Amino acid sequence: MFQFCADPEQLEGLTWLSCYLTTGKHLNLYWSVVTVLILLAITAPTALLFGFGGASAARSRIAPLRWIGKTYIAVVRGIPDIAFFLFFVIALDQGIEYLRHKVLCPDWDQPIRQGNDFIVCQAAKMPLGNSSQWVHEAYGFAIAVLTFAIVFGAFAANVLFGAMRAVPRAQLETAEAYGMSPRQIFRRVLVPQMWVYALPGLGNLWMVLVKATPLLFLLGVEDIVYWARELGGSKTPRFTDYPHGDWRMWYFLALLVFYLALTAISERFITRAMGRLTHGQATTGGEAQRKLG
Amino acid sequence: MKNLILATSALAITAGLALTAGMAMADGHGKTIRLGTEGAYPPYNFLNDAGEVDGFERAVGDELCARAELTCEWVTNEWDSIIPNLVSGNYDVIIAGMSITDERDEVIDFSDPYTLPDPSSYLAMGELDLSGAVIAAQAGTIQASHIASMEGATLVEFATPEETVAAVKNGEADAVLADKSFLAPIAEEDGDLQLLEQDELLGGGIGLGIRESDGELREKFNTAIQSMKADGSLNALIAKWLPEAAQF
Repeated sequence: MFQFCADPEQLEGLTWLSCYLTTGKHLNLYWSVVTVLILLAITAPTALLFGFGGASAARSRIAPLRWIGKTYIAVVRGIPDIAFFLFFVIALDQGIEYLRHKVLCPDWDQPIRQGNDFIVCQAAKMPLGNSSQWVHEAYGFAIAVLTFAIVFGAFAANVLFGAMRAVPRAQLETAEAYGMSPRQIFRRVLVPQMWVYALPGLGNLWMVLVKATPLLFLLGVEDIVYWARELGGSKTPRFTDYPHGDWRMWYFLALLVFYLALTAISERFITRAMGRLTHGQATTGGEAQRKLG
Repeated sequence: MKNLILATSALAITAGLALTAGMAMADGHGKTIRLGTEGAYPPYNFLNDAGEVDGFERAVGDELCARAELTCEWVTNEWDSIIPNLVSGNYDVIIAGMSITDERDEVIDFSDPYTLPDPSSYLAMGELDLSGAVIAAQAGTIQASHIASMEGATLVEFATPEETVAAVKNGEADAVLADKSFLAPIAEEDGDLQLLEQDELLGGGIGLGIRESDGELREKFNTAIQSMKADGSLNALIAKWLPEAAQF
């Protein structure tokens, strides 16, 4: 990257380090940090949306909708994440390709499953066989977001379901007495009040989501743990300009700091949000705030 | 709800990429062959400082693609799931130091070998009696199954080659069994570690892993491998990258 990095063997100390930390491989590591942050930023709201949908469905008065909501929550919460990630992603990927195959190649006469192989026509490939690597990566990333959102959506659904039930019954009855329709009660009374009950659970879920990001590698997205392991492993001089011993400890220490910092920042945000949400609520927290104010 | 969301998102993704599909199909059937490798097994395949796949197999793979007139692209995949991902079509060829074995041949097809069987050797902190020793190997390799069948030896498996060597260094295992070409540079570099004299001849040489239904691609690569064997260029690459290994 820098001019003086041409011959790393001559370098020492900080100059060596500055060259070492800017190799293409390290840039990949930094990029993977960004990937993880983007993933979190997209997945969290999506999962919340899934959770909201799941929770609303689970307490719906229409039976089939309720069954779907409850099944979703139970099934996804029950299956180990790692099994879900490995199975679901392959199934989803093949499902998409299967559908595209049926639509795009109607006159294909060979079977899709040939022994162990899953064969669809070239046009149905997702992404296409000749698309460039970044398309493959973006597709993998999209699949990862979707999978994370479905898994964490189920947990969020359970949290929100509980929160909706925690809203004092008297509040809803009062709304009813004012002549609001069930939909109005849901929108104007239930939803605004449930967040204060949901937030501790959701905050917890966010932390678990942060911790779960290394599962990304299972989905073929190269995450920070992968790069830390790859970069930290000992390197012999034959295959690199920057030979070193087993430095995994230092890389994992950096990861530790990164995740702890993320946790600390999240904690502050959650505490703040909790303060906001408690304001004016008929809870012990809200009561305490009122007395202070 | 879940199904609905799934279906809509699937649809959205499909619709989004249908556009790209239409454009790509216009320029004919130029399919890119994706080469899947592990990128953690020097000198066969590893990531160089720039983060690109490098090593013996990079050189061989690029040359084979040139001779077979294919456009190729390199992708890395964890060793554990390297066969399932080939079979489900995420890439088209495995080029990852994979020895040809009957077990693997039941699931995928192999091209002609592009190396002769490379002896596997043991790397340890010092002389050692292998019967009753704890021996490390990468999971899902011929070395791991060999140790499992050894009388008295205990197998400990690791996901990456790097970890198997680290296990010997920190005392978790007494020795590691892996391809000699992988262990030799490590033994050379590290004063604490040495190769044991005993070698094991395992597997039927390294071949490209290709889907069973992809006979045409296999033929193309076989022809290219034959031509590289015939003009000695394969031997030149073996001499450069795998000095320990036998030549054709």
